[in-house]
Amino acid sequence: MLFSLTKFGARLALAGALVVSASTAALAQGTLRIGMTASDIPLTTGQTDNGGEGMRFLGYTVYDGLINWDLSSAELASDLVPGLATSWGVDAADKTKWTFKLRPGVKFHDGSDFSADAVVWNLDKLLKADAPQYDPRQSAQGKTRIPAVASYRVVDPLTVEFITKAPDATLPYQIAWIMMSSPAQWEKLGKSWDAFAKQPSGTGPWKLTLFAPRERAEMVPFKEYWDANRVPKLDKLVLIPLPEANARTAALRSGQVDWIEAPAPDSVASLKGAGFTIVTNAYPHNWTWHLSRVEGSPWNDVRVRKAANLAIDRDGLKELLGGLAIPAKGFMPPGHQWFGHPTFDVKYDPDSARKLLAEAGYSPAKPLKLKVAISASGSGQMQPLPMNEFVQQNLAEVGIQVDYEVVEWNTLINIWRAGAKADISRGVSAINYSYFIQDPFTGFIRHLQCNFAPPNGTNWGYYCDPAMDKLFDQARNAFDKAEQTSVLEKIHEKYVDDALFVMITHDVNPRAMSPKVKGFVQAQNWFQDFSKITIATAGR
Amino acid sequence: MLLYILKRLVYVTPVAFGVSVVCFLLVHLAPGDPLSAVLPADATQATIDEMRAAYGFDKPLPVQYAIWLWHVLHGDLGISIATGRPVLGEVSRAVVNSLILASVATVIGFTFGTLFGFVAGYHRNSLADRAASALSVFGVSVPHYWLGMVLVIVFSATLGWLPPTGAGPDGSGNWRPDFDHLRYLILPAVTMSVIPMGIIARTVRALVADILSQDFVEALRAKGLDERGVFRHVVRNAAPTALAIMGLQLGYLLGGSILVETVFAWPGTGFLLNAAIFQRDLPLLQGSILVLAMFFVVLNLLVDVMQTALDPRIERA
Repeated sequence: MLFSLTKFGARLALAGALVVSASTAALAQGTLRIGMTASDIPLTTGQTDNGGEGMRFLGYTVYDGLINWDLSSAELASDLVPGLATSWGVDAADKTKWTFKLRPGVKFHDGSDFSADAVVWNLDKLLKADAPQYDPRQSAQGKTRIPAVASYRVVDPLTVEFITKAPDATLPYQIAWIMMSSPAQWEKLGKSWDAFAKQPSGTGPWKLTLFAPRERAEMVPFKEYWDANRVPKLDKLVLIPLPEANARTAALRSGQVDWIEAPAPDSVASLKGAGFTIVTNAYPHNWTWHLSRVEGSPWNDVRVRKAANLAIDRDGLKELLGGLAIPAKGFMPPGHQWFGHPTFDVKYDPDSARKLLAEAGYSPAKPLKLKVAISASGSGQMQPLPMNEFVQQNLAEVGIQVDYEVVEWNTLINIWRAGAKADISRGVSAINYSYFIQDPFTGFIRHLQCNFAPPNGTNWGYYCDPAMDKLFDQARNAFDKAEQTSVLEKIHEKYVDDALFVMITHDVNPRAMSPKVKGFVQAQNWFQDFSKITIATAGR
Repeated sequence: MLLYILKRLVYVTPVAFGVSVVCFLLVHLAPGDPLSAVLPADATQATIDEMRAAYGFDKPLPVQYAIWLWHVLHGDLGISIATGRPVLGEVSRAVVNSLILASVATVIGFTFGTLFGFVAGYHRNSLADRAASALSVFGVSVPHYWLGMVLVIVFSATLGWLPPTGAGPDGSGNWRPDFDHLRYLILPAVTMSVIPMGIIARTVRALVADILSQDFVEALRAKGLDERGVFRHVVRNAAPTALAIMGLQLGYLLGGSILVETVFAWPGTGFLLNAAIFQRDLPLLQGSILVLAMFFVVLNLLVDVMQTALDPRIERA
C-alpha cells in the first residue's frame, strides 16, 4: 500500500470537511488550459501524430515549417506564408528544381542555430532509413505528406534545393507539413527520440516544459521567437487530453479548463446559457458521400448524382446539429478561394430530384436501392448516425432507398484505403467520409486522379476522367499563384457541376471557452495560433 | 499450510499460460488494423507494409505469440504502437493510479457494505433492513457511469466543490495523499464504490441471517454468551465469504472501470484500456490485459490463502 490507510482515512475526513469551502484553485495570470479530444498528448518530437489536432497543439506550437499557414484572420481562408524560409521558387528552366532561401538568425529553443544543414537533417529523419536520426514514428507521419520530393541538398548555409519527381506546383503545400526539430538537442540527449520527446526543441513560439503522457503537457513562450508579432502573450499553455465529450464539458463548467475542443452539440445551448463562448468558423472540412464509380454503380448516371444532391434538406440537418454546421454548396465550403462559379446549384429541391430520378428510371414506387458504408463515430465524422438517418429519410422521399452498413471508424478507414472493388467494401456503392481539404492534393487530387485508384492512392470510387486528370496536371504545372487558383477553381467547378460527390455539409470546428479567454481569432484552418490569446483577470 | 500454498502456486502456472494465450488471441480476433490509428489516413501501402514489418505483424500468429511470450517472460511487454513508449511503464503507471482509486473505493464499499449488511441481517424485515437493502439494490443496479455524470453535474459543474477530471492539479506524476490530490479522488472513488458496496451488503445480509439461524448461535446464547460475544462469532463465520467477495471486487476495481475512469479522465488501467482499444494498440492491449488478468490470479491466490488461514476447514476440504 502506498500510504497507511489510517492516515489516509484521516486525510479523507479532512478533505470532506474542507470540501464545502473549497473552490477551484486560483491559477497564475495568463494560463490557458485546453481540454483536447485526443486521448494522449500527441507526439512531441516534431512530425506529430493525432491528425489535425496533433499539428494544431504540438506541431505549429513548438515547431515551424519552412512554410507556415497564415492563421491571423477569421474572415479569409488561410493561405501559406513564409516560415523558416523567407522565399521559395521554382527554377525557370527546370520546373522540378526548387530553391528555398532560409531565414537568418533563427535559433532553436536549445540555443542552437537553424540552418540548411538542419533542414536536410530533418528530411533525412523522415525519408532516409539508414540515417542515424531516422525515426520510423515521425517518418510514418511525414513521409506521405511530401510525395513530390525526390531529393534535396544544402546549397549554402541559408539555401536548400529540392528536386521533385515531376513538375509539381503544389510542393509548398506539402512542405508546410514538415516540422523542423533541433539536431543539436537530439545529439545532446544521446541521439534518442524518446529522450527528445520529453525535452523537445523546435523553433516555434512555444517551449514544452512538461510532458506527462496521457495527462498533460505544459508550454511557456519562447521569448526569442523570430517573429516578434507571434511571441505568446500568455504565461503558460496547458494541454489536457479529455477524449470523452461530457468530461470535457464538465471540466469547462467547473473551471478546470478554460477551453474545450469540440463540445457535444447537445451541450452547446446550456454552455451558452451559462455564459460560455462558443467559437465557430468555416474551415477546410467536408462531410460527404464518396461515390463508387465502378462498373454497374448507379452513381455512374449523373442524373442520380444530381438527384441525391438535390434531395437533402441541409438546413434541416443544420438544425439537427444545433446550428453547428455549414450547409454544403459544393465540395469546398462556401466562400473558399477555390470555390469558383459552378453552375449546378446544390440546394434542397426534392421535386427536381424526383424528376431527375424519373428520367433515370426510378420513382418512389420503383426506388433505387443502395448500400452505403458509414461509421458510428470517428475523427471529423461529426454525428454520423443521426446525420445519416436524416439523409436516409430525405433520399427515401424522392425514391432512393438506402441501407447502411455501419462499421467501426478504423474499419471505414480500411475500406476507404482498399477501394470500392475490394471485398472489405462489401459491395457498398458509397462511403460516408469526412475530408481534410486544406491543400490542392488533400482537397482535390487524391480523391479523383485516375492513377490514385487503390492500391496507389485513395481514389476510393475508381473515378477516372481524362478531362479531370488534365486539370490536375495543369494545377501541378501552374507555378504562378493566380494561375494556380484559377485552375483550382475550374477543378472545383467540375466537382460540383458533375456532382462527383454527394456534398452534404461542413463542420464549423466548434470550441467552447470561458469568457475570460480573450484575443483568440479562429482561423479558417485545421491549425490555430495561440500567440495573441490572453486571460482576463475577471470572469468565470 | 506451506504445502497448501505451494500446491496453489503450482496450479497458477497453467492458469497463467492459459491467460496469456487467451489475451493474445482475443486482441487479434478483434476487427481493425492496429496501424490504422497511428498512420495518416492516406498513408501509402508501402508505408503501411513497412510499419507492419517493423512491428512484426507480417509474421504468422503463432510466431508472433512465441516472440511476445518470450519477451513477456523476460519482463518486456513490448512497445506501444500509438505512443512508442514501453508498455510496462505505461501499465505500471496506470496500475498504481487504479490501485489508489480501487483501494479507496474498496474501503468505502467494504465499510458501508458490511455496515448495511450487518444492520439488515440483524434486523430482518425491519425498516432499517428495507432501507439498507434498498441502498444495496441501488448500488448493484445503478449504471455507475451515469452516477458519475450526475455527481459531476452536482458537485463539479453546479456547486464547483470538486474537480471533475484528472488525478491532480499537476497530473498523477507527483501523486501524494494531500488535500489538493484527494479532492480529485473523491468523486471517482465514491462512484466506483457503489457496486462493491451493494454486492457486499447483500452477501453479508444473507450470511448474517443464515448464521444467526444456525444451532450453534442458539447454543452460544444458551451457554450465556452475551450479544457482543455472539456478534464476534457471527463476524468470524461471515468473514471468509465476505473476504472472498471483497478480493474479487478489488480485482474488478483494479481492472479499472473503463467507463468510470473515462468519465473522470482518471489515468488508470480503464482509461488506458479505453485508449488502447480505440487506437487498436495491440501491444498495449495485450500487456494491460495480461497484467490485469495476472492480478486476478494473484488476488484469488491471496484470498484463498487468507480464507484458509481464517477457516482451516477449507484446507482440509
